[in-house]
Amino acid sequence: MLPALITSVGAITGISAFLAVLMVIADATIANYGEVKITINDEKEFVVKGGKPLLGTLMEQEIFIPSACGGRGSCGLCKVKVEKGAGQYLPTELPWISEEEKAENVRLSCQLKVKEDLSIRIPDELFNVKEFQATVAKIRDLTHDIKEVTFDLNEPSEISIRAGQFVQLRVPEYELTDEPVYRAYSAASVPSDKRHVELEIRYVPNGICTTFVHKYLKEGDPVVFNGPYGEFFLRDTEREIICIAGGSGMAPIKSILLDMAEKGSNRRTRYFFGARSKRDLFLLDEMKELEERMPNFRFIPALSAPEPEDDWDGEIGLITDVVAKHMESGDNTEAYLCGSPGMIDACVKVLTDKGVPEELIYYDKFG
Amino acid sequence: MNGSLYPVAILFAAIFTNNILLTNYLGMCSFLSVSRELKTSVGLGVAVTFVMATTSVLNWLVYNKILVPLELEYLRFIVFIIVIAAFVQIVEMVIERVSETLYAALGIFLPLITVNCAILGVSLFMVIREYSFIESFTFGLGSGIGWFLAILAMAGIRQKLKKARLPKGLEGAGITLVITGMMAMAFMGFSGMINIG
Repeated sequence: MLPALITSVGAITGISAFLAVLMVIADATIANYGEVKITINDEKEFVVKGGKPLLGTLMEQEIFIPSACGGRGSCGLCKVKVEKGAGQYLPTELPWISEEEKAENVRLSCQLKVKEDLSIRIPDELFNVKEFQATVAKIRDLTHDIKEVTFDLNEPSEISIRAGQFVQLRVPEYELTDEPVYRAYSAASVPSDKRHVELEIRYVPNGICTTFVHKYLKEGDPVVFNGPYGEFFLRDTEREIICIAGGSGMAPIKSILLDMAEKGSNRRTRYFFGARSKRDLFLLDEMKELEERMPNFRFIPALSAPEPEDDWDGEIGLITDVVAKHMESGDNTEAYLCGSPGMIDACVKVLTDKGVPEELIYYDKFG
Repeated sequence: MNGSLYPVAILFAAIFTNNILLTNYLGMCSFLSVSRELKTSVGLGVAVTFVMATTSVLNWLVYNKILVPLELEYLRFIVFIIVIAAFVQIVEMVIERVSETLYAALGIFLPLITVNCAILGVSLFMVIREYSFIESFTFGLGSGIGWFLAILAMAGIRQKLKKARLPKGLEGAGITLVITGMMAMAFMGFSGMINIG
């Protein structure tokens, strides 16, 4: 019995070891691409070790390309323009690349391996994207299921963010996840406060990040996040502004409004906030204060299902109906929407019916 | 049958009468998922043929020169899997290095077929049927070509199906499985010609 066992184990170990050695040699010789130079936007140059996908290689250089799937080629977000050194398109990239993008040499950075000197082009904002070490300065309940979490930045100690953009919060391993995961949240703080970032996080039962924030995160805890990302920010025009949000969709809109107030904007602005009942409303005092600071701003909360004890004399009904009721022609209007996909789709329809050009409706959908 | 002709018979049998996909239903998952486009099917078909032909030979050597002398035949499952996985990894690295075109066409499919049960199936059939070295090679090659033929036919049919109006419930995997069944029945027509097991 024992000798048979020893020969079996020996044989398996021998064969595996031989193959492992082969693999190591192959990895060190065949798959060794040596040092490779990456030039970004004709300005910055990095010398990196070749052989790994571009997305991860850039991340090691602290350049973060947004990616929702973490480099598995299944979200199609991590697109980068590669001007030189990319080679052919791989079949795994093609489903995500349109003909126009092909003409511009747009590639999926998680699929493209760095094998020779590369020259790439990324939006300048992404240079701005960094990983931040921060401390939880304050946690406060906004409603029964939304918490406001304020971070104090440690390293780097300042963030340059545009009102409306989001950051990706890192959730460490804990009960619900055995690997760190990232979740995107819009910043609710005013961009001029470069040392803090404030998020509004609504509890989702069994949500990996929301459970972590609501049940485990305490004041004084260290956190890691990266950012800022996103194209959802106020456009610099003279048009009237309609903002619509529900729940924690308040966050980016609040940031935009605070920014406008600080810059003394005079644009006519109306902010429709949809909630079920009074217990889902929050930051009413802050909104009142904003109305005083900006004479052309109005905050219009609406309840879809007020409780009898709410004693509510404001707007009642679905947010779409309330918006339709208050809006005249939308010809001179642009809109900023943040909330669930259902709410946004319904609101886009109301707004376009009122004459708001579809390309001037900007939104941030909760996936 | 004449001994020198037998490998050729095995080659044809593996392609037609004993097609690994259509008679044994092995290698179905990549067959179903990659047969949507003709071009990718060709890439995967070539990759499978290459890997089947080479791993059947490699596994024949490992089995007959290591496992049999040591009387460790029962370890063949795990050993074959390790050999296939390591071989495929190394081949992927080589292809990536030497030919960009080949890598784009074939390389990305290699990790996919490491876990293709048809590849392991070929090595195991080779042992059960006690093939010689040459017979194992032609069996592996033939099985690969047979698999290639099956996925090519399916991709061609699915290309046409894109324009067909199908009942909702049958779209995608449903109709593909139905067609695979029909193709298997059609291939049964070859079954009287040669028989290898």
